[in-house]
Amino acid sequence: MAQTKKVMSAPTSPPSVQTQAPVPPMGAGGFLRWAWRQLTSMRTALILLFALAVASIPGSILPQRGNNPLLVDEWIAGQPTLGPIMDSLGFFDVYGAPWFAAVYLLLFISLIGCVLPRVGVHWQAMRSQPPAAPRHLNRMSEFTEQQVADSPVQVIDAQAERLRRDRWRVRTGNTEDTVWLSAEKGYLRETGNLVFHLALVLVLVAVAVGGLFGWRGNVIVKEGNGFSNTLTQYDAWGGGRLATANTIPPFAFTLDDFAVEFERSEAQRGSPRLFRATVDLQREPGGEIEREVIEVNYPISIAGAKVFLVGHGYAPTFIVRDADGGIVYDDSVPFLPQDGNFTSTGVVKVPDTSPQLGFQGIFLPTSAIDDIRGPHSVFPDADDPSVFLSAWEGDLGLDSGVPQSIYSLETEQMEQIGLRALIPGQTWDFAGGEIEFTGWQRWASFQLAFDPGKEAALAASILAMVGLTVSLFTRRRRLWVKAQPAAGGSSLVQAAGLAKSEAGDVGEDVARVRDSFDNDDREDRR
Amino acid sequence: MTTGSGGMALAEASNAFIYATMLTLTIAMVLFAASFASGRRPSTAKAVAAGAPASGTSGSGSVAVLDRDHEHPVIDSGRRLANIGMSLTWLSFGLLTVALVLRGLWAGRVPWGNMYEFSISSAWGVLAVFLAISLRRDLRWLGLFVVIPALLTLGLSVTVLYTEAAQLVPALKSYWLVIHVSAAIICAGAFTVAASSAGLSLVQSRMESRGRAFTGPMAAMPSAEKLRTFTSRIIAFSFPVWTFSVIAGAIWAENAWGRYWGWDPKETWAFITWVVYAAYLHARSTAGWRGDKASWIAILGLVTFLINYFGVNMFVNSLHSYAGL
Repeated sequence: MAQTKKVMSAPTSPPSVQTQAPVPPMGAGGFLRWAWRQLTSMRTALILLFALAVASIPGSILPQRGNNPLLVDEWIAGQPTLGPIMDSLGFFDVYGAPWFAAVYLLLFISLIGCVLPRVGVHWQAMRSQPPAAPRHLNRMSEFTEQQVADSPVQVIDAQAERLRRDRWRVRTGNTEDTVWLSAEKGYLRETGNLVFHLALVLVLVAVAVGGLFGWRGNVIVKEGNGFSNTLTQYDAWGGGRLATANTIPPFAFTLDDFAVEFERSEAQRGSPRLFRATVDLQREPGGEIEREVIEVNYPISIAGAKVFLVGHGYAPTFIVRDADGGIVYDDSVPFLPQDGNFTSTGVVKVPDTSPQLGFQGIFLPTSAIDDIRGPHSVFPDADDPSVFLSAWEGDLGLDSGVPQSIYSLETEQMEQIGLRALIPGQTWDFAGGEIEFTGWQRWASFQLAFDPGKEAALAASILAMVGLTVSLFTRRRRLWVKAQPAAGGSSLVQAAGLAKSEAGDVGEDVARVRDSFDNDDREDRR
Repeated sequence: MTTGSGGMALAEASNAFIYATMLTLTIAMVLFAASFASGRRPSTAKAVAAGAPASGTSGSGSVAVLDRDHEHPVIDSGRRLANIGMSLTWLSFGLLTVALVLRGLWAGRVPWGNMYEFSISSAWGVLAVFLAISLRRDLRWLGLFVVIPALLTLGLSVTVLYTEAAQLVPALKSYWLVIHVSAAIICAGAFTVAASSAGLSLVQSRMESRGRAFTGPMAAMPSAEKLRTFTSRIIAFSFPVWTFSVIAGAIWAENAWGRYWGWDPKETWAFITWVVYAAYLHARSTAGWRGDKASWIAILGLVTFLINYFGVNMFVNSLHSYAGL
């Protein structure tokens, strides 16, 4: 930054010279010093900012693992040559990729390298006096000169007092018989600027703490079912490198009721209007049972962790009987919504028959069928529910040791035995048994999150914003007043100002000096 | 939803006020354009009015704002047109405010629930920022370049983005909507005004680089340096507001989705916009970047803002897809 200033104060050098970095000197020490100066220069910061902006873009266009892992797999499968290459380069996890980290870490190193020395310089400036008045005030952009009846000492004393009252830092002195003052104001500009940049470092640290110690998990809970907060109960759980099971509070809850409403009028038909989960919550084992409501935007908080309502869907219920009429399956199974109208897909696995049975299903809350889309739902609420089932028999492959998704059927060792559509209450009697579609339940999905860095991140961002605002709204400026003795005990007074920050207008301050004498003159004349 | 006759009357009234706004704004645009086209270099105008006293030429000399210059017919007629343009812009602002209030009454909530509503609010923001600054300094030179984007936004709103008012989806039911989006609307206005003056500074800087006196519309405009300072002041004001909007959005996201930052496309582009304007502020204090390059960055900032608004809302699968289209 000091370098930049030097360049700025030398307007004679042509711009083409400035854009070229100086040649690195020989020798390791020299080279390191040169590299450090380059890294901490304003121009490098500018380039790194652009690099950061550009590096962020792919993550907003390509699907990202963190937000949508299924879409990522689909994308890679659709691009068999390009997909894996981009995957290995981190394009599907841009914000965790080494090249992205390199950009922002370099930016932060550049920031620290630029800001820390400035903290020292500013500390010195805050404790020292403003520099003495320059010899020729009339060379300043804002300059005024006038004859005043008072003596030089009186003039400067009065001005110094007035400026100090306006919270200027004032230094007075005299050169031969000229009395002068030099005043400066707006130190908060640099203070705010430094606070802003250092607070950004704190934001980064807080984000890192959250990433290392925090965790997040997702779980699907059917109406009437419970969840107890242990690792094994989660459908998905991800924690930072230093996250431990100690930070998982041992609470439990039962999803008592899940209420959903959708827009039914023509305008925005089908848009969600209400999601509300009512739960019976037990904050610790053996504790009291409390009734709590979780809504979108209204999570509940338990021992530092928060429970958010993030999604919902349908779980159709089935009873499966074997060829002898014995019940081999009686449960509801969560189906995953595929579109805004909750056309949902899922599977039923019945391992306790021989051969084993499996059903792939499509659940339609409000059924419709056409040639192009096949069976699909036309409204998200369950106005006219039905399921389309495809039955398979053979080996479900559950014993192979490879973990299976509960939402898909491994049909490699199975044989399709039929297709059927059912409405609630209907039974399909196939060769090896029968399946009854008895109805449906709702399920809600919850996200449970623990982020020990978020309060610090918020505090640091607010600090950054306050620093930024103070800095951008403060004008740093210098003001000089000189009084020379003139005929009859009067003085020739010169005043000039210099804006030290952009858009800092000192005209007003200089005018105020001038006007303060105008008033005196008028009084004198009276 | 309030679809009774009273509700529909509110809806129709709101739409009528939007059309009225577009009408008055169009007239304002024509007047500003005529005023712009009649711009001359002040000295030329003085030469026309030979013998007139050279009084009232204030130090700035950049804008035809001299109130005592009635003797100068060329400047005077252009200025009168711009004056009427300013009045009509105020009228349009009032009409648009009424339209937004009616829309809010119809929907029974703040009128920021979908892209149509956010777009007309942004047009309101552009006019609001322009008019607020015009209270403190003469901005007639900028009128044309603020009314055009406002009018384009309104036109796009009523043709492409129009949506019947409806209740909010649950994700938007939060007081953070008011805090987060009102800050974003102010920024939409301020970024647009800043980009307009940055664009003008680029044109002006080209005119000035020809190295000789010039006449024509740009001659009556402030100097490139003044335009750049104006741009940078607006961005210095709006950058903290944008920072605030992003922080408020993060707090809301933490409340709604369980994480304050998740690199959702909307968040990513808000971040990109923030970084670009941060780059602008750095460019303004970097030798070799203060001039035209900084102006280009100011325009780039608005482009990233628009990509976030139109691109992410309409074409990207984002948690923020509330377009209602």
